[in-house]
Amino acid sequence: MSKTNLTRRGVLKTGAVAGAGLAVPTYLSAASHSGFTNAPGDSSVTLGFNVPQTGPYADEGADELRAYELAVEHLNGGGDGGMMSTFSSKVLDGTGILGRKVEYVTGDTQTKSDAARASAKSMIEKDGAIMITGGSSSGVAVAVQALCQEAGVIFMAGLTHSNDTTGKDKRANGFRHFFNSYMSGAALAPVLANAYGTDRKAYHLTADYNWGYTTEEAVKSSTEAMGWETVAAVKTPLTQTDFSSYIAPVLQSGADTLVLNHYGGNMVNSLTNAVQFGLRDKQVNGKDFQIVVPLYSRLMAKGAGANVKGIFGSTNWHWSLQDEGSKAFVKSFGTKYGFPPSQAAHTCYVQTLLYADAVQRAGSFAPCAVAEALEGYEFDGLGNGKTLYRADDHQCFKDVLVVKGKENPTSEFDLLEIVEVTPVDQVTYAPDHPQFQGGALGTCNNGA
Amino acid sequence: MDAIILQILNGLDKGSAYALIALGLTLIFGTLGVVNFAHGALFMIGAFCAVTLSRLFSLSHEVLVPGETDFLGNPKTKDVPYIYDWFGESTGAAIIDWSVPLAILFAIPVMIAVGVIMERGLIKHFYKRPHADQILVTFGLAIVLQEIIKYYYGANPIPTPAPQAFAGSFDFGAMLGFDPNTIIYPYWRLVYFAFAALIIGAVFAFLQFTTFGMVVRAGMADRETVGLLGINIDKRFTIMFGLAAAVAGLAGVMYTPINSPNYHMGMDFLVLSFVVVVVGGMGSLPGAVLAGFVLGILESFASMREVIDIIPGINQVIIYLVAIIILLTRPRGLMGRKGVMED
Amino acid sequence: MFGLEKKDARLLLLVAVLVAFAPFLLNPFPEGSAMAQFNAGYPDLMQRFVIFGIFAIGFNILFGLTGYLSFGHAAFLGVGSYAAVWMFKLLSMNVLPAIILAVAMSGLFALLIGYISLRRSGIYFSILTLAFAQMMFALAYSVLTPITGGETGLQLALDDPRILGTSQTAGGNIPVPGLFGLEMRDSAELVLGSWVFTFNVGYYFAAIVMLVSFYLSIRIFRSPFGMMLRAIKSNQQRLNYTGLNPKPYTLAAFVISGMYAGLAGALMASMDPLAGAERMFWTASGEVVLMTILGGVGTLIGPVLGAGAIKYMENIISKINSDILHGWFAFLPDGLEDFVVAIIYPFIGKGWHLTLGLIFMGVVIFLPGGLVEGGQRIAALFGRKKASDDDSGKSAKTEPAE
Repeated sequence: MSKTNLTRRGVLKTGAVAGAGLAVPTYLSAASHSGFTNAPGDSSVTLGFNVPQTGPYADEGADELRAYELAVEHLNGGGDGGMMSTFSSKVLDGTGILGRKVEYVTGDTQTKSDAARASAKSMIEKDGAIMITGGSSSGVAVAVQALCQEAGVIFMAGLTHSNDTTGKDKRANGFRHFFNSYMSGAALAPVLANAYGTDRKAYHLTADYNWGYTTEEAVKSSTEAMGWETVAAVKTPLTQTDFSSYIAPVLQSGADTLVLNHYGGNMVNSLTNAVQFGLRDKQVNGKDFQIVVPLYSRLMAKGAGANVKGIFGSTNWHWSLQDEGSKAFVKSFGTKYGFPPSQAAHTCYVQTLLYADAVQRAGSFAPCAVAEALEGYEFDGLGNGKTLYRADDHQCFKDVLVVKGKENPTSEFDLLEIVEVTPVDQVTYAPDHPQFQGGALGTCNNGA
Repeated sequence: MDAIILQILNGLDKGSAYALIALGLTLIFGTLGVVNFAHGALFMIGAFCAVTLSRLFSLSHEVLVPGETDFLGNPKTKDVPYIYDWFGESTGAAIIDWSVPLAILFAIPVMIAVGVIMERGLIKHFYKRPHADQILVTFGLAIVLQEIIKYYYGANPIPTPAPQAFAGSFDFGAMLGFDPNTIIYPYWRLVYFAFAALIIGAVFAFLQFTTFGMVVRAGMADRETVGLLGINIDKRFTIMFGLAAAVAGLAGVMYTPINSPNYHMGMDFLVLSFVVVVVGGMGSLPGAVLAGFVLGILESFASMREVIDIIPGINQVIIYLVAIIILLTRPRGLMGRKGVMED
Repeated sequence: MFGLEKKDARLLLLVAVLVAFAPFLLNPFPEGSAMAQFNAGYPDLMQRFVIFGIFAIGFNILFGLTGYLSFGHAAFLGVGSYAAVWMFKLLSMNVLPAIILAVAMSGLFALLIGYISLRRSGIYFSILTLAFAQMMFALAYSVLTPITGGETGLQLALDDPRILGTSQTAGGNIPVPGLFGLEMRDSAELVLGSWVFTFNVGYYFAAIVMLVSFYLSIRIFRSPFGMMLRAIKSNQQRLNYTGLNPKPYTLAAFVISGMYAGLAGALMASMDPLAGAERMFWTASGEVVLMTILGGVGTLIGPVLGAGAIKYMENIISKINSDILHGWFAFLPDGLEDFVVAIIYPFIGKGWHLTLGLIFMGVVIFLPGGLVEGGQRIAALFGRKKASDDDSGKSAKTEPAE
């Protein structure tokens, strides 16, 4: 009854104070707590899955949610265990996390930072979530990461590709498994030079917001290092749907390669428009005109249909990978849902396992203990080969896949083929690399 | 020079899309006086008519592929459209290839039905209600229609290509004596332009030269008097609504190869179409068309690299900037009628 | 009381009581019960209720009284948020200077945009305000990124040069907004049996601001100035003939309502120090229009109700997932359970927009005066004896919507 160090709702679910509380009202002040925000009770722990359920990325969000549900099932000992059996760490045993059954709450980010924060806050304040994960854009990831830092819970980023997430906007409580713009550029450039030669003239169309800027910069500097020349870089509004007026002048500029720094609906439309203009059938400077899409996802490739054939890009993970981890994940996801998982699903599933594993190894849910367990942690068997969670910026370093739109897809999921697995050394950069400058991790926050 | 010709082409193409979308809206909003926030949804439903038709054509049954396995190691199956069985593989493939143009025939009755049901079932009761109520009810309707589409088709864009015959682009540059490959334009966009011109012309002719059109125009000007003459104006307004829905829907059908349709494409166009209609002037059909082209061409010019370099961000705001300038210099837009929606 | 008529005073008092006891009223279900999903009494949502209430009250001063429909009002909310966050970054984490600057800045923007836009009326006015807001959104999202933070929003950082105050707390974290040491995020909890009630500093601060705003809005509604605004709505021409120039009055109303929006923006930033450009997108402007209409245009309390309804849907309905549904209906036989879940499922979670759309349509079809009319009808059903005394719901209504 006099347990003033108890926090929030998790306690009540256990019923520990329910009886006592009946008699005497208990006054708990959040600020006077020792311990950490939303410490779970003895029987269960709640995770918050914050994904876009409405708006243009709703399908991506739905796939993320499937992966989370699968991860929870595996953590609680259900299903075939998926990647838990191939994971290099063996501390997870199917009895939940630290013996507590994993429960979850879901929310809708609407791919807007305000809505995402509102949703995350309700998970923290109302549902007592101890960790927030998800999202499918960098704006949302950065916003929610900052919120989690302030509230004192761990944030495991979902799909976010901007350098800023672990660059100038990094936070001590936030962790990213997904790769970033710099890695895309570093992995793509050699493959492009190999396939298209080193004397290309590139024309960039860039989505006019943070992610677009970092991607343009990354691809530009890596390709220029290979000998390419950048003819022009034009910013396109986020709300643009018809890119004809941006694509039409490309041929006149004397460029022979078009780089589309677009994602989601922007990318589907700009690529469709570019192919429609017949750019790929043209010859410029005696070379075939080429198009490059730095960040690919299977769901987007599906939206662009046949237009992706033969177009290079990079991706975090693809279901056709043949390592044990990927095979195990594809099998259990495919068995449950009937189709292969997307890269967004993969990163979300992995992030959940990594969190659970870190808690288990730390022996505590306290965010600082979890962060410590994740920092500098090396693991394998989760589909990307040997991976390091770097302590300096909480970014995962792993191999990056360079992919190409498949010429003869055999099914609606078989749209990309892996061209090269770029080894991790080629995409590793110093923590103070110019593209990641500014900002600081700060110190981890345990909250109340 | 060639860059400017190219952007004029672009502007005409964009403008024809804007004009076509605005035309349907101005029939309802500019003339019937209903603030129809569901207009974008009508455009979207039109686009999904094309998606639906191509899906119907591609309805398939599974055939086992001997000797191969799918990603889970189960025996692999291949989908064979029924249409191949009925018409043979080459004719069947051609029908699927042409599903977007064929969807025009499919969309006209569907859209007229949607429009008439909407008007009879809902909008009819809102002619005399305040604009605020019209906004709320049509916005609600738009959300409901969108969500229904999302429920069945998902949120991802769905590729709906034009027939193979229209793939690639036409080289204007070579025709006009410039270097080849400097002024190229996709065939399908030229088709869209021609189609838009045709529809716009047809709607004008219908309202200008038929008795029906005359009565409707009279009804817009003075509904009461026309009613007193014993003419059933309500019925004609219903037909007008159906017509507007059909125009919006056809604009959507033909737009699908340009941008893969998704469930919120209507909302993306909604604000823009209101801007076009108002800039054109309330109650004026020619105004809406003119405004569509003006905004389309100016938007194209503003997206030129040379222009953005001088004024950063101009491509982001051009449409709204032009709208503000026009509305401040011409009180009722380009060709607006006095007293329509001014209070 | 406070210079109000009796019925207005009663309404204000009622709102004050409701707001003060909101942590109890919004948490009617015990923790851990199946219905706890519908509890809305957690700080973030309660804050949103009152903040969007302020936004809608302000919007209603313009739209409800003068009939001028601004479709770009969210721009002022955005300006207020940006101003407040910059104040946190540069001056102090105290919310008062942030709020003062935010209100001043949004007032300035409203003066400029209002001065230009009010040269036109009706739909032309609406499109002008929309155009200004869309321009501000587009620029804030892209080329103004150094000032606004662009896509990721304007955030506090560890190296902010805060003149009055520290850049970092002793623990190495970013300080949180507060009022003279009272942190906005501080909460106290009261545990009664299996109920938990949360009393949040930020909520009560925002609630007091909201009550003051509400009081001011009543005063405006009842003042000669408010009378003048209503005259503009009913017949501007007649007003012109009497030799009165309506423009200064509408402009004043526009600026006041813009400042309300800025105040709301500043409070949002105070509760959660982040300002994103999406706050200025046309859908955000549309949302406040919908809130006002949903609640009841031109009524005092309607916009607050509308704001509450929409925010409740957005935050509560969207969080229900199929797991929770199965939990609720677990008592049914298996086949029936799946059937019931399958029927409800499209309306919850990712389908919350569908429910929202249906509610919009339902309200406007069956309750032409908005939620306030619904309240009146219920009041009329139960409280016949008070009919002579004009019940509180009715007193809120100053004029039918048109």
